[in-house]
Amino acid sequence: MKKKEVLVLEELLGSNKKIASEIREKLEKKGILTINILGSPGAGKTSLLENIAEKLKPDYKLGVIEGDIETERDAERIRAKGISAWQIITGGACHLEAKMVGKIFPDIPADLDFLFIENVGNLVCPASYDLGENIRCVLLSVPEGDDKPKKYPKAFTTSDCLVITKSDLLPALPFNLENAQKEALQINPKLEIFTTSALKDSGITELIDYFLSNLHKLRQKNA
Amino acid sequence: MHELSIVASLFEILEEKAKEKKAKKIISVKLKVGVLSGIVPEFLETAFNIYKKDTIAAESKLEMEKVPLKIRCQQCGTEIVKDDFVFICEKCDSRELKTLSGTELLLEKIEVEV
Repeated sequence: MKKKEVLVLEELLGSNKKIASEIREKLEKKGILTINILGSPGAGKTSLLENIAEKLKPDYKLGVIEGDIETERDAERIRAKGISAWQIITGGACHLEAKMVGKIFPDIPADLDFLFIENVGNLVCPASYDLGENIRCVLLSVPEGDDKPKKYPKAFTTSDCLVITKSDLLPALPFNLENAQKEALQINPKLEIFTTSALKDSGITELIDYFLSNLHKLRQKNA
Repeated sequence: MHELSIVASLFEILEEKAKEKKAKKIISVKLKVGVLSGIVPEFLETAFNIYKKDTIAAESKLEMEKVPLKIRCQQCGTEIVKDDFVFICEKCDSRELKTLSGTELLLEKIEVEV
């Protein structure tokens, strides 16, 4: 009987990263900008997407992947707007993984402009999984409180943009907008921050402009 | 709470390595866990001990090394270990920082019986 030490040095999420990179490369080649949306349950992910879909659909073609533990409800809400939506029911899993997106991949039309992925409502686990997105967007709703960026650092450090949602509630709640922005920028100085309300339809045009400028950059790179 | 899914990926690598090295069993497993890896070491250990039953690593011991967040300032070159996740250089206030370690979730090495 002989004992032997074996040096491995492999990332445990290496296989997810590999699948994600393949997905990203294929979508980029088609000129599709992919956006992964993270946020707590009830942060307003679907409402934000409904609003974005209304604004983009006259000029752009978009698709939405909905991740939920149970039900097709979110996909139905998006389909009601006349947008293609695919529901991933994780059956208990608290996050989406690249291989789940990979399964939907053959159904995604090649002529899309935007692919939105609404992750499972959770500020922790989804942050560890690259899904092949170009932009990771984390939502923070006003009722959740302005102290969340430092409490959930991984979601905020791995994101490209922060969308503060439900800003119409600012006058009613002790949410310090300046403090939330400051804390978020301390843990991730590169974050683009947008303050929005889907209900009052404010701030979303600015967010869409950010997505459009990234779509433009992606297509310039392809040209 | 995605530790079980992480452990499933870990066992895929473990089984592959054991086969490659023609190991009879795995005695120990050493991981490097960054403070910003997004996992809870205690949950990972529990998941590992449940998952290992009836595998080649059934009698193995899991060892985890916690890796602090270390950054280098791209402006002044200062290297600091951060415990507050504030990505601003303490010396020169620059926000151009490079993360050197602390985000990894790595299978460093295993000990096998051949």
